[in-house]
Amino acid sequence: MGRLGLRFVALGYLVVILVGPLLMMVWRTAEDLDGAWAAVTAPDTISAFRLTLLVTVIAVAVNTVFGIVCALVIVRGNIPGRGFLNAFIDLPLALSPVIVGFSLVVLYGASGWLSWFTDHGFEIVYATPSIALATIFVTLPFVAREVVPTLREIGTEQEQAAQTLGATGWQTFWRITLPSIRWAVLYGVVLTAARAIGEFGAVAIVSGNIVGKTQTATLRVEDAYQFSYGNYAPAYGISFVLAATAILVLVTMILLQPKGAKH
Amino acid sequence: MSISIRHVTKRFDDFLALDDVSVEVGSGSLTALLGPSGSGKSTLLRIVAGLETADAGSVSIDGVDVTGRPPQKRGVGFVFQHYAAFKHMTVHDNVAFGLRIRKRPKAEIEERVSRLLQLVQLDRFAKRFPSQLSGGQRQRMGLARALAIDPSVLLLDEPFGALDARVRAELREWLRRLHEETHTTTVIVTHDQDEAMEVADEVAVMSQGRIEQVGTPREVYERPENEFVMTFVGQAHRIGDAFVRPHDLEVTLEPNGATREVMIERIVHFGFSVRIDLVDAEGERLSVETTRDNAELLELETGQIVYVEAARQTMFT
Repeated sequence: MGRLGLRFVALGYLVVILVGPLLMMVWRTAEDLDGAWAAVTAPDTISAFRLTLLVTVIAVAVNTVFGIVCALVIVRGNIPGRGFLNAFIDLPLALSPVIVGFSLVVLYGASGWLSWFTDHGFEIVYATPSIALATIFVTLPFVAREVVPTLREIGTEQEQAAQTLGATGWQTFWRITLPSIRWAVLYGVVLTAARAIGEFGAVAIVSGNIVGKTQTATLRVEDAYQFSYGNYAPAYGISFVLAATAILVLVTMILLQPKGAKH
Repeated sequence: MSISIRHVTKRFDDFLALDDVSVEVGSGSLTALLGPSGSGKSTLLRIVAGLETADAGSVSIDGVDVTGRPPQKRGVGFVFQHYAAFKHMTVHDNVAFGLRIRKRPKAEIEERVSRLLQLVQLDRFAKRFPSQLSGGQRQRMGLARALAIDPSVLLLDEPFGALDARVRAELREWLRRLHEETHTTTVIVTHDQDEAMEVADEVAVMSQGRIEQVGTPREVYERPENEFVMTFVGQAHRIGDAFVRPHDLEVTLEPNGATREVMIERIVHFGFSVRIDLVDAEGERLSVETTRDNAELLELETGQIVYVEAARQTMFT
């Protein structure tokens, strides 16, 4: 009875907090499908989706490589300051995205330390580079955080065995280390992608929100909501696509997992 | 191929793991590094493999100085206590790993892997993953993997330490036979003196980062050079200034000038042999090993007062 009660509490909590709002959104989208479809297929929305996709791909690629490198340094590195690195990597989780965006504007904007780029015609703020930078900043911890415990768990013996069998450091990484951490990396990639697709605060500050140019999908939802004038169908439609993408990514992840794997 | 270790010293922070160690391992021999945990035996083995670097001293394999060489270029086969199996590869791919790294022709790899899997009796398990094998099978795979690269020397770090007693005994015997077939120079690290005695032709006894004695199993047991070897290799009791092995104590029912009066606390039967735990008037404990027939002849019982005498004893000056 106690266990059943606990299950009821957990499920009820999930329904109220997670499922409820999503169902409501799906419901509203269904009420005006034509309006939602028109908004989703509008050229400016397509452009926003494209920008979100591009930025997500960049953030995932960069943070996968550096996430693995950081995890290797934290777990295997023999350098002073790796404890510091370990703590520092969580900073984006603690910091409000708005502050991240603001600090990027300060850094690359007029009279910032790195205003050199802008002064020489390489637009960063209010352009794609700053959106990518903000997204990379915000999604930095996910791959490293997933990989660190797995690296600790597999230990170094397999790598040492590979070395005694003649494998160079590079061969050992590709043939032993990477296959051993692949599920952790994949999970980190999924979290990074989901966060990158959904990022709003940091991007809102650095992008300038120029329709058709620097407006990402989440910014477009916000716009559609702000300037709805009572017609919420566009906001519902775009939100639905974003939410569906996130759920699809998670489901793919679960289906890809081998039986008995962690996560 | 011979291994020669000269004046090797290794420190981990404040801990002196190896203190000026020199050992010669003869070509084709099977040598055991025997010592308690923390004696430096595993560190020494890892230095030979290049998995650890010595602070001072040198290592030569077959007369070639390999001190500065990385493990990849030493051509040693290394077997780990916890198998170090490549978990994401099948048994076949584990064994093939070293050959694939060496870019050997496919046909040669297949031929060699299947021969090795037969040798370690795992040919039926080629397509399995390590997680589907027992501990003993995993370690046999580890051995096949190490042998695949045709190593100049085979190094085994407590290879049977994680296995249960029966499998351990089987693998020991199997290793011994394997060595007689291949004659690969082999060094095995163990803390188990029975294992060292059973498997090795030469035993190097280590303690606190030093070599205490090197010799055949019989030499280190019968002619220990110091107190440590006497007490670590086989059991020994200290009686006054002398050391006596439990099987060198004789139990009699009548006292004579040289005997000690003791009471029988417990009689433990091991089949052929019997151990008799004794305590003397001062509360000091001794044990005697004798045959079951002898114990029966004397009609020994718990609580009985008997007399013991050392038939043979050793003194260190």
